[in-house]
Amino acid sequence: MPLFKRIIPCLDVDKGRVVKGVQYVDHVDAGDPVEVAKRYDAQEADEITFLDITASHEARGILLDIVSRTAESVFMPLCVGGGVRSLQDVRDLLNAGADKVSIMTAAIKNPELVEQAAAKIGSANLVLAIDAKQVSAPGETPRWEVFTHGGRNPTGIDAVAWAARMAAAGAGEILLTSMDRDGTKQGYDLPLLRAVTDRVSIPVIASGGGGSAADLATALDDGPGGGHCQAALAASIFHFGETTVGRVKRALIERGIAVRPPSPGSD
Amino acid sequence: MRPRIALVDYGAGNIRSVAKALERSELTPVVTADPKVVLGADGVLLPGVGAFKDAVCSLEDAGLADAIRKVTDHGRPYLGLCFGLQLLFEVGEEHGRTAGLGVFRGHVTRFPDRVRDPADAGGPAAPERPLRVPHIGWNEVRYSGSHPMIERLPERDIYYFVHSYRPEPTDLECVVGWTDYGGRFASAVARDNVFAVQFHPEKSQAAGKRLLDAYRQWLEAC
Repeated sequence: MPLFKRIIPCLDVDKGRVVKGVQYVDHVDAGDPVEVAKRYDAQEADEITFLDITASHEARGILLDIVSRTAESVFMPLCVGGGVRSLQDVRDLLNAGADKVSIMTAAIKNPELVEQAAAKIGSANLVLAIDAKQVSAPGETPRWEVFTHGGRNPTGIDAVAWAARMAAAGAGEILLTSMDRDGTKQGYDLPLLRAVTDRVSIPVIASGGGGSAADLATALDDGPGGGHCQAALAASIFHFGETTVGRVKRALIERGIAVRPPSPGSD
Repeated sequence: MRPRIALVDYGAGNIRSVAKALERSELTPVVTADPKVVLGADGVLLPGVGAFKDAVCSLEDAGLADAIRKVTDHGRPYLGLCFGLQLLFEVGEEHGRTAGLGVFRGHVTRFPDRVRDPADAGGPAAPERPLRVPHIGWNEVRYSGSHPMIERLPERDIYYFVHSYRPEPTDLECVVGWTDYGGRFASAVARDNVFAVQFHPEKSQAAGKRLLDAYRQWLEAC
């Protein structure tokens, strides 16, 4: 039995509320991250990710409160990212109940941060998030660049080389988002996923573009046409009630992807 | 009355998830750094956080290492999670070699970067392949052997792991759970009043509850 591939619903959180519209038909407070986390826990999601998009650092206390209330309510792994600027931010989130903390912009500004954090808390709980955009012209060898600020700011850094450098510095996992595909539901950027997974020897989470169970299956497939990833992150297909984690997992199992089997009778 | 569990707080990381998971299994967590409280509880749980060296230093500084030693020698049922398992071995190799408690013989070592799958009988040797480290995600534990916990657990269950280091016991008699990741490794070890696992029952949904329920039943039986 190999290590199972993971399905991870992702919630964007702004000032303590879920944004990007989470819609459920029944009586769940769709704006409260804790309530949404409980729903995904009941669906047996393998992890949940909170991405804090709050612009002001002053609102940090709200996020810590959300994390601690979530950790008290659900018994599943929780990854938290967004606005993590220092080793103290990492510690605060872990102490509040996050199992993994993801770092993005701060690592670009201060590449030593990943090394320092890995030495203090260990690599296993440290995720490096990369927002990548393809910058090569059609017909050229594909190249992707690291962007920040929601894809607005180029950094001049090659995404694949950055992934390798941060893995060597002690990142335990890479959360790899294609900014070209994010929100499109047109499928993950498979050449990007392959380029990174084949370069690093730490787990990689596919993100950006997952619009169906078939998309997730392809991102997780280890074959030549797959994305070779160890986990797939998705937002809209779960939030809008189109499907559930359990139904996606059953479809993945039919496609030969080894995911943790849903309990009999679960949704 | 619900059994009272000393949840050892050595100042490194979150233990609230573990406390909540104990409550869910009808156990009363007592978060403590006081050796007297540790020695007086119905059970002792050492959760998993931190790098080996830092964690051992924190326990020694707080005077907790001796209390843990007494508990594991002849005390009440001890449940170790992640670092709470690793600590029980003789040596941890994370950031240099650090002495553990030596309850079990063996070292705690990093997963190899490359592994070779076992060859089919009579077939050629399999080529080496890279192994992604850390080992993160849900994986199966196959239980075997005799221990009060094993009697109360299913033959196999699936739990959440997140770690780069794992025990390499010298004596395999202590191994009561195996998991495959680049070859099999010891994911649960036990002896008398000691039971310890490399994974995180507090993060393992229903399977985690089954394990903590088994711990409560064990406590109630002795």
